[in-house]
Amino acid sequence: MSFSNLTRRGLIKTGAVAGAGLALPTYLSAAAHSGFTNAPQGDTVTLGFNVPQSGPYADEGADELRAFELAVEHLNGMGDGGMLQTFSSKALDGTGIMGKKVQFVTGDTQTKSDAARASAKSMIEKDGAVMISGGSSSGVAVAVQALCQEAGVIFMAGLTHSNDTTGKDKRANGFRHFFNSYMSGAALAPVLAKAYGADRKAYHLTADYNWGYTTEEAVRSSTEALGWETVNAVKTPLTQTDFSAYIAPVLQSGADVLVLNHYGGNMVNSLTNAVQFGLRDKMVNGKQFEIVVPLYSELMARGAGANIKGILGSQNWDWKLEDQLGARYSGTNAFVQSFGTKYGFPPSQAAHTCYVQTLLYADAVTRAGSFNPCAVVEALQGFEFDGMGNGPTLYRADDHQCFKDVVVVKGKENPENEFDLVEIVEVTPADQVTYAPDHQQFAGGSLGTCNPGA
Amino acid sequence: MDAILLQILNGLDKGSAYALIALGLTLIFGTLGVVNFAHGALFMIGAFCAVTFSKLLNLSHTIVDDSRKDFLGNPMKIDVPYLHEFFGQAAGDVIIDWAVPLSILFAIPVMIGIGFAMERGLIKHFYKRPHADQILVTFGLAIVMAELIKYFYGANPIPTPAPAAFAGSFDFGALIGADPNTIIYPYWRLVYFCFAAVIIGAVFAFLQFTTFGMVVRAGMADRETVGLLGINIDKRFTVMFGIAAAVAGVAGVMYAPINSPNYNMGMDFLVLSFVVVVVGGMGSLPGAVLAGFLLGILESFASMAVVLEFIPGINQIIIYLVAIIILLTRPRGLMGRKGVMEE
Repeated sequence: MSFSNLTRRGLIKTGAVAGAGLALPTYLSAAAHSGFTNAPQGDTVTLGFNVPQSGPYADEGADELRAFELAVEHLNGMGDGGMLQTFSSKALDGTGIMGKKVQFVTGDTQTKSDAARASAKSMIEKDGAVMISGGSSSGVAVAVQALCQEAGVIFMAGLTHSNDTTGKDKRANGFRHFFNSYMSGAALAPVLAKAYGADRKAYHLTADYNWGYTTEEAVRSSTEALGWETVNAVKTPLTQTDFSAYIAPVLQSGADVLVLNHYGGNMVNSLTNAVQFGLRDKMVNGKQFEIVVPLYSELMARGAGANIKGILGSQNWDWKLEDQLGARYSGTNAFVQSFGTKYGFPPSQAAHTCYVQTLLYADAVTRAGSFNPCAVVEALQGFEFDGMGNGPTLYRADDHQCFKDVVVVKGKENPENEFDLVEIVEVTPADQVTYAPDHQQFAGGSLGTCNPGA
Repeated sequence: MDAILLQILNGLDKGSAYALIALGLTLIFGTLGVVNFAHGALFMIGAFCAVTFSKLLNLSHTIVDDSRKDFLGNPMKIDVPYLHEFFGQAAGDVIIDWAVPLSILFAIPVMIGIGFAMERGLIKHFYKRPHADQILVTFGLAIVMAELIKYFYGANPIPTPAPAAFAGSFDFGALIGADPNTIIYPYWRLVYFCFAAVIIGAVFAFLQFTTFGMVVRAGMADRETVGLLGINIDKRFTVMFGIAAAVAGVAGVMYAPINSPNYNMGMDFLVLSFVVVVVGGMGSLPGAVLAGFLLGILESFASMAVVLEFIPGINQIIIYLVAIIILLTRPRGLMGRKGVMEE
């Protein structure tokens, strides 16, 4: 072996190249990221709104996009300001976020986890989005939340109701304003017991996926605690359109209440089928047969038409809250006014939660004085606020779940127009729907630590 | 026993829909030799004919009621259907209430027109192409039709109720001496079953007892010979395409109150209907009807809680399981003819 080729000049050259090669990644990351993923450069900041623009929840997605657009307008000082006027935090002043004009990009989740991840990834990597929000399904929310955690951006969940989003699948970079299955069960059960009595036999039909399971578990445990008996619980395929084969045996089971743990088109079809079978006209066990839908949305109510009349369920928010229940729900009318004037109809709860999440993110950045996700996480954890339409609200630090009042609603018997389909029956105070962070329905996950990326 | 009767009844209406779609599918395959993956979309468009007709009957003019306020606090705008003005409120409401059955009159010409346009405009160019090409182009067409409907009507289901006279359900239990409320069946589903039986009977009668039908049947058996006799069989087959489209369309119209129409409902039925055609035997009309009802009832049984407890998930695969067994043991299907879809 010989080292005769090794010269002093060669050694210096090789050393210089190797040194430059080793230093390059550090140089690039420092220049492009300033310590965290997609640090805004120049005088703009980009937010990514990932909603279903195609597929079965496209109408919910369209309403979410309207709300995002309105939120961005208000953040940039356009329009009437909406909830910026009523929000308890006064950090936002209509000059964008920390003086940077807000712009946004949109993605189509198609209500499919893989498509949602792909569009979120594209918005983060290609468009430089510093925050992702949106979604109309818990499967999508959980998938995108995990992606945002890995990428080092904040995820402000849209319409996701499964316990798992802030339960076993919670992440430090993810935050949920929307309520969850446990809260629906806890809010509904006392109203159900009061309306239908404590001696009831319930039959559950449950959508065969994550959200269905947690909703069934929540409603079962809450109603059983009040004396109801669950005679059967049957899983129904998510792709099912005709539920007659599942509904026909309900009366034979001796049940006098049917609980439909279904959402979207599933719920519209199962409820329509149940009403067609005349279940609501029957007397069983000497009592009037009843149907319950734990999670409601206005769009679903519209799809179900007259079949929704008299059906009890729960909502995160309703556009009539402030008019009917007073100033505790301030912010509602400001938002309805802005949204209604711009689009000609009242906003859905999906629109409301997306609008609020965008403002909450912007406010947290401004209070933290940084777009760094870890600073934003710190600003949102344990944040108490008001004036966003739900009454006093807490973003709990332990699981990044918002705790606020839950609205129990009923399909209106004589709606005056197509937007007036549900009536508010009761509002369950936040303390009655609050649970311990280690509650068994939320067990198995850990927030971990925030990831700034880069 | 009650549960078995109940599931047979349940299977009948689903089977009716399968049978009606499969009948059209096999009719097109038997006459034109085309595997039409857009047939489910025709069923969906039929359902949207009911939605459209219902909207037409509800066409309104707006009056402003100063005594009431809308959600923004402005004077309430109230829509008053023109029908109320033409016929009075009571008669107008009755007409609106009967929108679904009346839509059949609207759907038949619309669906025949769509069928003609599809066949003449697109499908005829694929007669001599392999089945794979036909499947691709018709499947693409189905997606286009679904997206068009979504563009105009939105993604959410649109409630299209049956006339109030058919609300509620019939208590078969009380009729046969069983406990009341144990065997109940919605009136509208009974109507749907009877309607399907009439349509199926009418199609068979048309093919069996008319000269036109006789020529079509002859063409199905031996197209070349019929052509050599100087009969323009292509023209008749185009008419049959229109009829098949109309059958799928009216099946969709009457199904609208059972499940609120949405743009994707055609896809839900398409795959199952193809399985029905394959199980019944490609090109066999009685086979399609028989397999439609058979698979509808089997699917109902597989959805019973007691069955699901025993074999979880069987409800999702039963139809495909039956298809595999039939294809393994009887490759031509239940009533398939020799030489059809065979080399």
